[in-house]
Amino acid sequence: MQFMLLFSRQGKLRLQKWYVPLSDKERKKISRDLVQTILARKPKMCSFLEWRDLKIVYKRYASLYFCCAVEDQDNELITLEIIHRYVELLDKYFGSVCELDIIFNFEKAYFILDEFLLGGEAQETSKKNVLKAIEQADLLQECTFPV
Amino acid sequence: MALKIVKGSIDRMFDKNLQDLVRGIRNHKEDEAKYISTCIDEIKQELKQDNIAVKSNAVCKLTYLQMLGYDVSWAAFNIVEVMSSSKFTYKRIGYLAASQCFHESTDVIMLTTNQIRKDLSSPNQYDTGVALTGLSCFVTPDLARDLANDIMTLMSHTKPYIRKKAVLIMYKVFLKYPESLRPAFPRMKEKLEDPDPGVQSAAVNVICELARRNPKNYLSLAPLFFKLMTSSTNNWVLIKIIKLFGALTPLEPRLGKKLIEPLTNLIHSTSAMSLLYECVNTVIAVVWLSVLKYLGLLAMSKILKTHPKSVQSHKDLILQCLDDKDESIRLRALDLLYGMVSKKNLMEIVKKLMLHVDKAEGTTYRDELLTKIIDICSQSNYQYITNFEWYISILVELTRLEGTRHGHLIASQMLDVAIRVKAIRAFAVAQMATLLDNAHLLTGNTQHSGICEVLYAAAWICGEFSEHLEDPMATLEAMLRPKVATLPGHIQAVYVQNAAKLFSTVLCGQEGAPADSKVAQETSQLLIDRLPVFVQSDNLEVQERASCILQLVKYIQKLQQKDVEVAEEVTALFAGELNPVAPKAQKKVPVPEGLDLDAWINEPPSGSESEDEGRKTKGKAVFAREESRHTKPRYTEVDEKELAKRREVRKAEQANNPFYIKASPSSQKVRTASSPNRQLVLWMPMSDQYVKLEEERRQKNKADRKKDKKKRREKGRQRRGDSGPESEEDITPAHMVDIVTEEMPENALPINSSLTSRCITDVCDIQGNLHDGSQVVVSVIFENKCDSFIKSMEFNVMDSLNSKLQRPEGAGPHDSLTVPFHLPPGISSEARFIFSVQSIVMPQKLKGTLTFIVKDSSTHEKLDFKLHFTCTSYLITTPCYSDAYAKLLESGDLKGSSLKLEGINQPFHHLLARICFHHHFSVVERIDSCASMYSRSIQGHHVCLLVKTADQTVSIDAKCDEPGLLRNVLDEIKLTFSQC
Repeated sequence: MQFMLLFSRQGKLRLQKWYVPLSDKERKKISRDLVQTILARKPKMCSFLEWRDLKIVYKRYASLYFCCAVEDQDNELITLEIIHRYVELLDKYFGSVCELDIIFNFEKAYFILDEFLLGGEAQETSKKNVLKAIEQADLLQECTFPV
Repeated sequence: MALKIVKGSIDRMFDKNLQDLVRGIRNHKEDEAKYISTCIDEIKQELKQDNIAVKSNAVCKLTYLQMLGYDVSWAAFNIVEVMSSSKFTYKRIGYLAASQCFHESTDVIMLTTNQIRKDLSSPNQYDTGVALTGLSCFVTPDLARDLANDIMTLMSHTKPYIRKKAVLIMYKVFLKYPESLRPAFPRMKEKLEDPDPGVQSAAVNVICELARRNPKNYLSLAPLFFKLMTSSTNNWVLIKIIKLFGALTPLEPRLGKKLIEPLTNLIHSTSAMSLLYECVNTVIAVVWLSVLKYLGLLAMSKILKTHPKSVQSHKDLILQCLDDKDESIRLRALDLLYGMVSKKNLMEIVKKLMLHVDKAEGTTYRDELLTKIIDICSQSNYQYITNFEWYISILVELTRLEGTRHGHLIASQMLDVAIRVKAIRAFAVAQMATLLDNAHLLTGNTQHSGICEVLYAAAWICGEFSEHLEDPMATLEAMLRPKVATLPGHIQAVYVQNAAKLFSTVLCGQEGAPADSKVAQETSQLLIDRLPVFVQSDNLEVQERASCILQLVKYIQKLQQKDVEVAEEVTALFAGELNPVAPKAQKKVPVPEGLDLDAWINEPPSGSESEDEGRKTKGKAVFAREESRHTKPRYTEVDEKELAKRREVRKAEQANNPFYIKASPSSQKVRTASSPNRQLVLWMPMSDQYVKLEEERRQKNKADRKKDKKKRREKGRQRRGDSGPESEEDITPAHMVDIVTEEMPENALPINSSLTSRCITDVCDIQGNLHDGSQVVVSVIFENKCDSFIKSMEFNVMDSLNSKLQRPEGAGPHDSLTVPFHLPPGISSEARFIFSVQSIVMPQKLKGTLTFIVKDSSTHEKLDFKLHFTCTSYLITTPCYSDAYAKLLESGDLKGSSLKLEGINQPFHHLLARICFHHHFSVVERIDSCASMYSRSIQGHHVCLLVKTADQTVSIDAKCDEPGLLRNVLDEIKLTFSQC
């Protein structure tokens, strides 16, 4: 996977994760392009589109679009599953997640994503393991800095 | 110090945290940029503080702003500061910020190497974890080089959590620093069998990704992956492995075979769409290239049915498949092409196919191509053909195919097109003439090649449409070459027949200019010279036609020598246009009530008749076949030679006529027949025409009756299936052998109903069939001649002691029978009624009424009629051989009676014909002006007649075992002749 973007229906970026080194300028351009393209698509249209030499897999959950860019030979369906798995993880962690959860706790959303994917590859396929790792890391955080 | 901490905490309390920032941004929608710039100023202030908590908070906010698109590269050093914090909370934020904001050109990364190394070796697995995660995003070649060793060590960490991350990050390291791959690979391979599934899947991930980039180095791992594939239940892992095999198989084709089974299993067992998709994907990419092409084409043909347009765009691809070395793929592609043609692309597709025909090896495939080309062109009634000249030339080109089995297919197409597309005939004839001229090329040395079938079509087309020929003489010559005698019999027959047609055309063309009469005579001579070869043919058909035509030509030659103009008469032999008939035309002809299309239409042969001596030599079977044919309407009274000639013409036409419906030989059914066909109120005398027809019928030795004569004639060639109203009964098989029956001709009997003020006329065609010795079937045709709908028809007959109308069970003896249909205006329909008869010795007249309601008036109308059961109608035409006949007469069981008719001035054969026709006799033997005749009643009485004629006087000596019956029959014969 090359990168993952989360953005709202209004086109506001909510989360971005780049697994390839790109300059800020490029990143901005790519996300702007993609957000526009995807938002222009109708709900009934399929979740895949070819974009430059990449395949874009996206899915809308409530008001949020989850969008991944994978390479040409990659499996689109498993990418959809990755997106769904991530949504499930967020849901488990926040308890019926909503867009605001991700806005206000965007660093948590990143932590979860980092436990789930690493370098663009799924590192842990077990939901339980991912959540356990997050909880323990959080615990560590609480201990070291009780507010 | 303590104060500092407290101060820091207090500051922190007044600082904006991330949530405040987010909230603030949301509250300043109008002046977001301004708000953020003040925030950034605040953050800058915060970063200047020593408090790590404040710094980390600021960095956290910066990360958020970075996402919104603000440049935060200026804070890179602060991020490193936060990363270096010993506290996990801050470290986590720091690494997150770094992973979001750093990229390869961020120079401070160099400063992080030691910090990262320290974190990697931290006793806290989460410290290591965040370091690894962060590193995965911003690893640079330098970092990769410096840290590769540390990470490699981590791959063997005790905690799977670390191992898995380390394994995954190695992939990034390999990419940035490829030298690390070689030393790290053994360990990576080890991880494929790590006890922890997470680590294992991570290793699979990495190796699969590597293998995709450079598959050949990973072939040695195939067995290991194969084991994993068959044992793993993790879809994520399976997908990766299958993808890996997809990359490996092109290098090692044997793998493909091995993969078939596990892949098929997976395809059948998995419920995960993504896995299924991956399997199919791999199959598509590598495994069964050929199978896949096949399946793909198959799928396309399914799509074609619903979305033809989407497939049409792949036309070129499908045409390419025709080049495939696998025959089944080619055939599949052909199937697809069939559905893809349109008016626009037909020529192009066929042109490509023709190229393939030339290249094709193996007759099966070539034949398939040929049939497909024809199928494609002729589908939907030649819907896509815009230029028939083109199509004819394609067909002609196809004849160049050697050894094809489908000559007849090409032939039938040629015939079909030439007949149905009038505009093309001139062109077609020219092409066919060339074909005939080059016939030796077609037949070549392979006499049995099916392609010579096209000569059949060619000869016929040239003959039938010879008026379009430029040089009929040359074609005639080509058709009479000695080599023709080596062709199959049925083709020769067509040659001979059509040579005669051409002959007539040549005569026609030449007699126009009297100076050329010599040429005409030469033409006759040509035929006379060449035809004897065919007369000697071992094929009956050829022989017969050739000898007929030879005699005809000889006759014509004689006339020519006397300078008689014969062309017109010769042309008359072949006059008449062969009209195409729509394939559905037959369906539009309603099947009359009570008609059984599967039953025999005409009866089996009734023995040869005396006038036809010339044919006596032929076997009976030949006659039987002929009888199932019909005559052409164009005949008029002509001499015997002409008639013989016409027989040929007729046969040839039937053989050639693509629209001719062959009679079905349902031998199980023999129709008994008969007919109390004398009428109701009015007796309509037989017209002369009818007699002539009958004459002709017998001349042709045809026993079948022309019922409905006018109507049927008009219907012309396709009428065979529509055999008109007639009734028939099955008789017991025992009778089948000796009872050969005739059906009675019917008379149309208009009954003018004086009772109907509206001039409704019902025409009742009555015709009965006898059955079982005691049953008569009467068929009544009701025709509505008025303009109103007629309904509720009821049919009733006053029973006599002898004859009773059979009514359904439970009905009283005087109840009427309901006619089972209504009649719209102008429509006629037939109903059948069964009568039981006790004695057949006496003729009978039954009175009856028909009541009906005319729709508009809704009153009952009544129509009276009489049914006349004559004794003749109880007779069945039965053939009798002369020796059996002699025995019968010798037996002495029969009683005689005689009849003299005077003033009969019609020819003797007409007279016999009338007796045969009206009274159901058959001629046993005829010698000059004397004939013996025989018939049989439904109850088994024999009736024998000896008919002699001399000087307008006819004497009939009759013998029968039932004198009363005989007397009445003779009376009826007398009546028949007195009426003409």
